[in-house]
Amino acid sequence: MINNEPLWEVFIRSKQGLDHKHVGSLHAADAQMAIENARDVYTRRMEGVSIWVVESKYIHASNPDEAASLYDPANDKIYRHPTFYNLPDELKYM
Amino acid sequence: MAIEELQEIFDDKIKQEIKIEPKDWMPDDYRKTLIRQISQHAHSEIVGMLPEANWITRAPTLKRKAILIAKVQDEAGHGLYLYAAAETLGISREGMVDQLLCGRAKYSSIFNYPTLNWADIGAIGWLVDGAAIMNQVPLCRASFGPYSRAMIRICKEESFHQRQGYEILLTLSRGSKEQKAMAQDALNRWWWPSLMMFGPNDDASPHTVQSMKWKIKRFTNDELRQKFVDVCKEQADILGITIPDPDLKWNKERNHYDFGEINWEEFRNVIKGNGPCNKERLSARVSAHENGEWVREAALAHAKKRRKEVIA
Ligand SMILES: [Fe+2]
Ligand SMILES: [Fe+2]
Repeated sequence: MINNEPLWEVFIRSKQGLDHKHVGSLHAADAQMAIENARDVYTRRMEGVSIWVVESKYIHASNPDEAASLYDPANDKIYRHPTFYNLPDELKYM
Repeated sequence: MAIEELQEIFDDKIKQEIKIEPKDWMPDDYRKTLIRQISQHAHSEIVGMLPEANWITRAPTLKRKAILIAKVQDEAGHGLYLYAAAETLGISREGMVDQLLCGRAKYSSIFNYPTLNWADIGAIGWLVDGAAIMNQVPLCRASFGPYSRAMIRICKEESFHQRQGYEILLTLSRGSKEQKAMAQDALNRWWWPSLMMFGPNDDASPHTVQSMKWKIKRFTNDELRQKFVDVCKEQADILGITIPDPDLKWNKERNHYDFGEINWEEFRNVIKGNGPCNKERLSARVSAHENGEWVREAALAHAKKRRKEVIA
């Protein structure tokens, strides 16, 4: 069987003003066909106003095994969150 | 990390209802179970297009025809979502398609029954998609992320399928005497095979316990089958047609309908490849694949040529 159609990741903007969001993947010979296939596979009910496709081999991902150390620097900085600060009850607006 | 440690992290995620994602460590058997289940599920969606496609050209009105095309197209989409989910586990698309076409892979036994007349399209939407929904809603919470996400997408689309089928039968059952008889006949033929869609009884279902521990499955086959029977009875009553089971009756103690014994001999026979349409279904897939070969080749050749032009 000859089928080396590459794998593409599909991202869809569901409406103007929102980010493109990953929705899944599909196989297609080239980018144009990937977009057309994505329309048929992922937007049959008007789920999108814009489609991005990118060949899966170009996605670089962080390693889940290293998640603990990778996100460690953010872990102990609770003072980045507004809830860290104790303010008097009299203060109504801030 | 040592394997025990990885296993512990995995078990902990399952316990806390944290989804497993493709790059996370997972036990080999979990991966294998998912590949088997998701690919079988994908094959079922794809083969499932055939019995209904049989009636697209002969749908009674243009509206019914457009609806049926949309429904069958959804099923193709379902197959594609699921193939893509299975691929994240390391099996290739070609590998799965090969398994289907050479007859090694299983798919739902229901699609090996013939669609003899238009009422069957109603019965399929109502009962077959109905049983599929019963199975699939809990799978939206499956522990493997890509499977769960594919199932959420699928379930959103399925309820239209069931309604369109039920409405076909509703129209027939309110029609002439002959039309009502068609609706009853379709129910007679599709009822028992639909119950078989939930798989063997729990005591004969070797994978269920482990799958439930892994939170791939949330209910056993028998639990889901019981829910299905319970909801169908009322739906059949509204249609004014009778479920072909003399043992079907309300059991106050159990708060469920009791129902008759499934013909497991027939079930095993269809699974083994001896159902009324197994050969026809497989050969339809094989010829679709072979006849599409030149299209795939041409698409790849075109893509290659375009790449060269861009570089030059
Ligand atoms: Fe489906
Ligand atoms: Fe469906």
